[in-house]
Amino acid sequence: MRRGLTVACAALVLGACAPREEGWHVKNVAGLLPDLELQMTEAGGRAVSAADYRGEVALLFFGYTHCPDVCPTTLARLAAARASMRDHRDAVRVLFVTVDPARDGAALLARYARAFGPGVTGLRGSEEALAALARRYRVSYSRDAPDAHGDYAVSHSGGVFVFDRTGRARLLIRPDDPVPGIAADLERLAAGG
Amino acid sequence: MDFGTAADAAAFLLPWEFSPAALALCAGAVGLYAAGLARTPRASRPGAARPLAFLLGWGLVYAVMQTRFDYLSQHMFFIHRLQHLVLHHLGPFLIALSQPIAVLARGLPAGFAARVVVPLWRHPLTRFAYRSLQNAVVAPLLFVGLIFFWLVPSVHFDAMLSAPRYALMNWSMLLDGLLFWALLLDPRTRAAGAPVGFGLRIWIALLAIPPQIALGAHIALADHDLFDVYAVCGRIWDVAPRADQAIGGFVTWIPAAMMHVVAALILIGRWMRADRGPARPPRCAAA
Repeated sequence: MRRGLTVACAALVLGACAPREEGWHVKNVAGLLPDLELQMTEAGGRAVSAADYRGEVALLFFGYTHCPDVCPTTLARLAAARASMRDHRDAVRVLFVTVDPARDGAALLARYARAFGPGVTGLRGSEEALAALARRYRVSYSRDAPDAHGDYAVSHSGGVFVFDRTGRARLLIRPDDPVPGIAADLERLAAGG
Repeated sequence: MDFGTAADAAAFLLPWEFSPAALALCAGAVGLYAAGLARTPRASRPGAARPLAFLLGWGLVYAVMQTRFDYLSQHMFFIHRLQHLVLHHLGPFLIALSQPIAVLARGLPAGFAARVVVPLWRHPLTRFAYRSLQNAVVAPLLFVGLIFFWLVPSVHFDAMLSAPRYALMNWSMLLDGLLFWALLLDPRTRAAGAPVGFGLRIWIALLAIPPQIALGAHIALADHDLFDVYAVCGRIWDVAPRADQAIGGFVTWIPAAMMHVVAALILIGRWMRADRGPARPPRCAAA
């Protein structure tokens, strides 16, 4: 039993600082998550499915425009990573799915997405479509009770799911991943890596 | 979670991810037990406590796997630890405590039992697998090892992200829990056919405690977020990651260890009642 404990402790330590597999800077999730699939409406009004983003590296992120911290910082970091890419910048599209469609109307969502650059697309969906998408990528979101002003916070996921040009789930960007690593991975993925 | 209406409560009781296997196992076990109980002569039926322990054990297992509790387990670390406490400790413990084998065997259709179950059970491969797993070395290593394995941060991250790995994690905990507690709480003495004697089983129960305390304390007292998958995929409640992790660590540490102590006490009681127990006369008898 003591040996089992030692081995397991070693595994705990090694697991925490082992180099990431195959040289990706962010987490490799190939084979862990299903292909991109969604039924949403772009903030511009176009109804879209995953097929509309074939050929692009799609970055799926859940959030809401009233978000005080996680969403603006994450979108700013993704925009910075995209802007620092040399070759395949235009193949990278950030899909910002609102988990608060009641407050995030199409116009507000479009304006918010545009503020982070040309590569960010705001997506809205029905409650059912949103729930199905969240369930598919095992993320949660929950809205707090509104305060006296009708304001409320929404708890949601902080990770960004990255799909290659064929729609396969490949990478997961964590909230603390540095921008240069994200940019290098996106470049590699867009180049067919 | 909002229980404002009856519909909300009903939604909570429905599976988050329906598993036909989980339903078949839980309903099959309870159905088989009920059939066996009905066929048991009134005079030799167990009292109310044993059937209740059996039903409660499976009810708890079903509840943590096949209600909205499962969704909470995927998004709060301490709820996940409670889920594993039920799957690996409490549920199988109660089921094994109810000593259900004889009743379950009576519940099988007679022809099916004679033609399928008994030959399968006596098959050399089954005997080999049983002997390989249910012994004093492998059983506790597997029991403690599985807890450690699924809590290796990178392993835990992938298990929470991938639906098949998540299912594998929970099923491995449940099945290993059933094996471990069935071995430990076997009512028979070694002479009557138990794979391991009472004395050694008490040692197993107690020696499995320190590693679980060490792991639980390591998690509860860690000064950084070990399991960031909950931040990546979203927590349900607005609980700080370190607080969530600390509560989860305490769940891994304290109730789990206490159940091993309870098991050891039960075993000491059974050993003292058993024929081949400690044969020493009471010390005060000579005085």
